[in-house]
This record gives sequence, structure tokens and C-alpha cells, in this order.
Amino acid sequence: MNKTLTQISEPSDGAMLSKVGRRYFLRSAGVAAATGAFILGACTEQDLVTDDTVNLGSGDIGILNYAYALEQLEAAFYTQVMATPYLNMTDMEKWILTDIRDHEIVHREFFKTALGSAAIKGLTPNFSAIDFADRRSVLGAAKLFEDTGVAAYNGAGKLIKSVDYLLIAGKIVSVEARHASAIADLINPNALEFASGQIDEMGLEHAYSPSVILSGVQPFVMDKISGKDLPR
Amino acid sequence: MNIFRILDSIQQVDGDAAGRLAHSTRRMFMNRVGSTLASAAVPTVFASIVNKAYAATPSVTDILNFALTLEYLEETFYFQANRMTNFIPAEYTLVFHQIERHETQHVTFLKSALGAAAVDRPQFDFTYGGAFPDAWTNFMTFITISAALEDTGVRAYKGQAGNLIGSPQILEYALQVHSVEARHASLVRRIIGKLKNDPMMKGWITQDKGFPPAVYKGATPESNTVHGGLDAATLSGIGSISRDNVTEAFDEPLTMEEVLAIAGPFIKKMGM
Repeated sequence: MNKTLTQISEPSDGAMLSKVGRRYFLRSAGVAAATGAFILGACTEQDLVTDDTVNLGSGDIGILNYAYALEQLEAAFYTQVMATPYLNMTDMEKWILTDIRDHEIVHREFFKTALGSAAIKGLTPNFSAIDFADRRSVLGAAKLFEDTGVAAYNGAGKLIKSVDYLLIAGKIVSVEARHASAIADLINPNALEFASGQIDEMGLEHAYSPSVILSGVQPFVMDKISGKDLPR
Repeated sequence: MNIFRILDSIQQVDGDAAGRLAHSTRRMFMNRVGSTLASAAVPTVFASIVNKAYAATPSVTDILNFALTLEYLEETFYFQANRMTNFIPAEYTLVFHQIERHETQHVTFLKSALGAAAVDRPQFDFTYGGAFPDAWTNFMTFITISAALEDTGVRAYKGQAGNLIGSPQILEYALQVHSVEARHASLVRRIIGKLKNDPMMKGWITQDKGFPPAVYKGATPESNTVHGGLDAATLSGIGSISRDNVTEAFDEPLTMEEVLAIAGPFIKKMGM
């Protein structure tokens, strides 16, 4: 049931990520639109911590760890994608997915080094819902991770106290948005998807709070992540 | 005040723009100031405007009007292109309509946020003072300008984020627009790469690749790898990842003055 990163290369049972993704986004949208009661509910759940829970911490360090956690997840995902490429991956897809893998690794290592001893541990991903042999499953998951990353950075910006950290987050979020656009365009070329779905009627892309994002990504991480001390 | 400030900024950083804009500035200045103030007060007012043009931190209103001016520029550009016949290739019409739609939404949003303080739409010259004479006849020129506008937009919003740190909700709105511009930039750049058969023209910016160069250089060029004092190119954990890839992983900001120097030649005349 619980697979570690090294076991993920086995073809999974085909549980379609698109289903997971849809469920996640519906839930996210619901939480975002709902009153604070829902968010408080999610936090209470996270308070039921065990000793193994990874606490992201508080203040700007907490936000950097939050970003570090998301980048770990993305880097592990694309590392697996390129270690076990799906059938008939085109050259263009290879270039794009390899570039993105390398960007996410740079992001991960940047936060790890910047955080130093304050960094959370290396997380163990849970990609059992993703069929790495299947193009649709992989690109669907990539889209989910990129869209989530953008919404996470967009929502975290106002929680950052340091102008320097805010600028660094800004430097990264637009690269995640460039990824999101490219992935969506691989799924449906020259259509509206490169910039739709995640953007409201005012032309503003989603911005989600850490509690919403963390509940969405938790199914993809074996470790229990707690954001209970993050700024809000 | 905001219009003056933008124009003053353009004139101080762009000598050519100064000459072209001097006439309209002077006329607007006289219209604005002359109608409301006694002539004796004018020199003092002018001096204070010039001084304020380089105040350390622009006001939120200044930043939003700066953003609105860029959004007007983009919206007008796509509005015209999308209404020409046989200009944008059929396979890309959805893409450019979608981009126009967002720019219109951004204009509407910023205007409503600014209310009476919103600047009016300037008159634009998309030939960039003659530098792009075939902007409306050559799709490659059009799409080159499109990428320049989108990448400038990304860098412009990024450059103002720190100035909005004291206004959390406005900061969030700016970030929400910022990522939409980045989505546009990514696809437009990829279309250029495809049409030019140039695999190094990617959705992300390798070193400072793109045209015109000013859009990708600046005080913190796109090729920069040092962020918050930490050089991402020398991180021990990145293994054999190339410096090119490291530069792609981070987008860089432009200052307001740098953006105005880039945008200045597109602005034929500020709105009144």
C-alpha cells in the first residue's frame, strides 16, 4: 500500500490521478469559498500530531520550509518521470520535462541550503496514485503539481515578512507558472488551457492559503506535514 | 501626479523618449496645472513633481497606475491584432484571444481599484518609434513584441512586489496577475521557438535569451544566479545541472525605471 520513492517505478494499478486531481481541486475550491470553519477544521486535524509529524515551523522560516516541502515533492515527481519515461514520450516532451526536473531540483537545493539547520527533513513522497507509464496520468499529475505550486506561492506572498524572501518567492513562482503553461499546452496544444481553469473572471490566478494547499498535497506525501504554526 | 511621474521617469532614463515626449508633456502639464493653479505656483509644483519621481518607495497608487499603463499597452496590442484579418495564424487565434481577455480583465480590475486616480489609456506606437516597422504586417515581429511585453510584465510586477509588502491584499492581487503574465510569456516564447526552429527559445528564460535585449538585462539580468546572497549555480546538491538550467529556474525583476525605459518608446502620448 505505501510505496517509497524507489518502489514507484513498478507500474501502479492505474488509479487515475486525474480523478485524484479533480477531487482535490473541488475540495480546494470548496474550502477556499467556505467560511473559516472549514479551514479551522483542517488545522485541528493537523494538530493531532504524532512524533513523526513534520512541523514546517513559524514565521518566514516556516514559509521557506513550506516552499521547500512543495519543491521536494515536485523534484521527486519529475525525477521519477524521467527515470521511467512513459511510452512514446516525444523529444519535445523529454526536453521540457527534463528542464522542469532540473529547475525543481535547483529550487529544492536552494531552499535546503538557505534554510540550513532550520530545514525540515527530506520527505518521502507517495505517488501511488500516479501511473508513470501513462502519458495522461503523468501530465495530469504535472499539471496538478504546477498549478498547486503557483497557487501556493501566490497565497504565501502576503505571509512573508522579509522583502528579500518575498523577492525570491516571486522569482520562483513565475517559473512555476511558465511550467504550468507548458504542461497544459502539452496536454492540449494551442488551446485555452495554458491559462485557464486556475484564473478567475478578474484575470487573477488562484492564491491559496497554506492550509488549503497542505491538505491538497498531503495524499502525495508519506510523512504527515503540519503547518499549524505558519503565519496566516 | 502619477502621469507626470511616469513621464518624468521615462524622460530621465531614455534620452530619445524625452525628445519625443517633451511636447505632449509640456502641453499636458500646462493643461493640468494651468487650469487649477495660479501661474506663480507652477515652478514650485514642477520641482516637487520631479523630486517625487525618484522617491525611495512609490505609493500604492503609483504602482497600480504603472501596472495599469502596462496593461493598457498589452490590451491595445492584442485588441488590434485580434481584429486584423489573416494576420494571426489560425492555430494561434485561441491563444491570443485568451491573452487579450486577461489583459482586458486586468485593465478593468486595476481601473476599478484605482477609481478616480486611474490614468487614462495612452496612445501607443507599436512600431516602437520605427524600430519595428512591420509590427502589423509580419507575424514574427508581432509575436516577438508579444513575448517582450509579457516578459516585461512578469519582471515589472516582480520588481514591485517588495514595494507592496505593507499592503498585503494589493500584494496578493499583484502576484495573481504576475503568474498569469508568466503563463502567457511561456507559451508565446514556445511558439517563437517553434516558428524559428530554435530549441533554445523555451518557455523559460535561458541566460538572458530574448529580444529586445533590454527586456532581459538590467540591474539584475535574467542570467543572474545569486538570490538573497546565495549562488544557486554553486549549490552542492544540484550535481551536473547546467548553469543555463540554473538561470532558467529563477526569473528576475526589473525596476520601475527600467520598465519605463523599455515601455517609453511604445507610448506616443499619455492619456489626458
